[in-house]
Amino acid sequence: MYEFDWSSIPGALPFLWSGMMLTLKITVVAVSVGIIWGTLLALMRMSGIKPLSLFAASYVNLFRSIPLVLVLLWFFLLVPSLLSNFFNIPRSSDTRLVSAMVAFALFEAAFYAEIIRSGIRSIPKSQVAASLALGMTYAQAMRLVILPQAFRNMVPLLLTQGIILFQDTSLVYVSALADFFGTAYKVGDRDGRLVELLLFSGAVYFIICFSASLLVKHFQKKRVS
Amino acid sequence: MNYHWNWAIFLSDVPSGGETYFGWMMDGLEATVALSLSAWIMALVVGLLMGVLRTVPNRWLSGIAAIYVEVFRNVPLLVQLFIWYFVLPELLPLSIGNAYKALNPMLQQFMAAMICLALFTGARVCEQVRSGINSLPRGQKAAGLALGFTLPQTYRYVLLPMAIRIILPPLTSEFLNIFKNSAVASTIGLMELAAQSRQLSDYTAQTYESFIAVTLAYVMINAIVIILMHRIEARAHVPGAFGGEK
Amino acid sequence: MISIRNVSKHYGQFQVLTDCSTEIKKGEVIVICGPSGSGKSTLIKCVNGLEPFQQGEIIVKDISVGDPKTNLSKLRAHVGMVFQNFELFPHMSIIDNLCIAQTQVLGRSREEAVTRGLKLLERVGLSIQADKFPGQLSGGQQQRVAIARALAMDPICMLFDEPTSALDPEMVNEVLDVMIGLAQEGMTMMVVTHEMGFARKVANRVIFMDQGRIIEDAPKEDFFSTPRSERAQQFLSKILQH
Repeated sequence: MYEFDWSSIPGALPFLWSGMMLTLKITVVAVSVGIIWGTLLALMRMSGIKPLSLFAASYVNLFRSIPLVLVLLWFFLLVPSLLSNFFNIPRSSDTRLVSAMVAFALFEAAFYAEIIRSGIRSIPKSQVAASLALGMTYAQAMRLVILPQAFRNMVPLLLTQGIILFQDTSLVYVSALADFFGTAYKVGDRDGRLVELLLFSGAVYFIICFSASLLVKHFQKKRVS
Repeated sequence: MNYHWNWAIFLSDVPSGGETYFGWMMDGLEATVALSLSAWIMALVVGLLMGVLRTVPNRWLSGIAAIYVEVFRNVPLLVQLFIWYFVLPELLPLSIGNAYKALNPMLQQFMAAMICLALFTGARVCEQVRSGINSLPRGQKAAGLALGFTLPQTYRYVLLPMAIRIILPPLTSEFLNIFKNSAVASTIGLMELAAQSRQLSDYTAQTYESFIAVTLAYVMINAIVIILMHRIEARAHVPGAFGGEK
Repeated sequence: MISIRNVSKHYGQFQVLTDCSTEIKKGEVIVICGPSGSGKSTLIKCVNGLEPFQQGEIIVKDISVGDPKTNLSKLRAHVGMVFQNFELFPHMSIIDNLCIAQTQVLGRSREEAVTRGLKLLERVGLSIQADKFPGQLSGGQQQRVAIARALAMDPICMLFDEPTSALDPEMVNEVLDVMIGLAQEGMTMMVVTHEMGFARKVANRVIFMDQGRIIEDAPKEDFFSTPRSERAQQFLSKILQH
């Protein structure tokens, strides 16, 4: 039977905490930018302007058909060389965090775009008609009537996607960034206690994500009543 | 600009000889497809079983399935993979553990990735099956039981055939997801498609070509799966259901 | 054939049935009527064990439905039920709907099941639809198939849960005609329905329920001419207006 030895963990807590901070930083940035860019993409796709809707559709379909790992590798390997080849910006370690954040934001935006698009479509067309009949422009109808309703309906889905994003940040492992998981792995590797640290990080993720999903469910129930 | 494009690099031989770089990429594609398909089949079996358990009247059984879903949904895929690869061999009884660790490393990587993907995806399939069964009219189960079917028979002849047809679209998404999620296996050293993009770029220094080629490969897999599932949906279509022809 | 003795059922805090008792002899046709929420559908669902009950007993041909040791599937194989929403199995053709329980529950061979199935389809006037799918049939046609499906099991009695309530008016009669034919052939039937014309024609007794209790249980002539309870009188006057 394997001899568990959890003694590495208490000493490493500050280190792990800074890793968690990085995870949260990436999550928050990616969710915010992702929702904004995703909304724009959804609106572009639903607009009647052919080039815009074609661009948005291709963008969403492309990012939804390739692995996140690949996108992270793309940004990790290509962005610094792109910057130095085209703009003569020297490579540095700060670019790694920025490229990871950009990669996540651009990737998740495609998923947010789909959630938002179906959210907008779920609002009956008669709401648009009623707004226009009152003299609003299409843009006003969207901003004042459709989007507020759509977003209220979508909040559970947006939050759930956020939880998924929080889990996906662990993939910055491929960029050698020290997020919570990467830090846990390093500590485990360094102290020869990989088993304990991996199980520990799994448990931490479970507690955070499970609680968050319970909150979302509770929030959904409150809305319905 | 400083970059020199060279698409022909794919036809060049690798330093160790015997294959072209294109061959390497094909090896990666092979690994991705093999891993994804085998994991998908396992995921369907597990997901179907758990999805049915989730809907039976017995509290214990549906509780076990609920725990399964929550555990595998709330831990990141990468963490799960590392646990299967690094932790499980240590927790096995000593003799089995040692035998396992003596296996070919590639086999260990493949098996860890396959089990990980299967159980991860199985949890999602379980939820789809559950929502499919719950979306059926209540009377269908009653009608099956009223005819003298036992509960297992009712699931087999009445509920599951329709539930599975209903969930074919979301199942397609899960099938596509498995192909994408297989890329995570590159982190434990399995030389599937995503890992090849890095290796090709390292060896050829033709970074852009390597990445574009691998990206196109994933897009192509995506397209093929979607077409395949559309065919299946068409063949499974029940005449008259969902407001079809009369 | 069917004995219902002091049956009570509650669902959480809500009392669904209170002390219901009645006896049904072989060949009798009983119509159960009453306002919605009176528990009539629940009562017949207790007879074949689809709904459990907490007090009392129900005996169907010497089998106690409430006994935990009773094999309910075996019981249900011999008690036919027809549902308000037909509940045909949409992924199977009509003939398959008729055969599936015959082969899987009664163990008949496929050939025998098909022969019996086709005969029953002819009896309800739908033999040309054998290879179609439920979604392609009208409501009245689907319900007639549902009756045939239940009959294919050679039941000792038939339970009907508001069989015509989900049908468009012009299709009600085609289904009632099949049910009248069944009654005239001597089938023991418990029918929950609002169709009083049907009751007048073939029922032996009428049971009136309200708020989970059996208020009246009388031979049909008595029921229609001199209902004893005020509630039943109110109910009758309302539904007999059209």
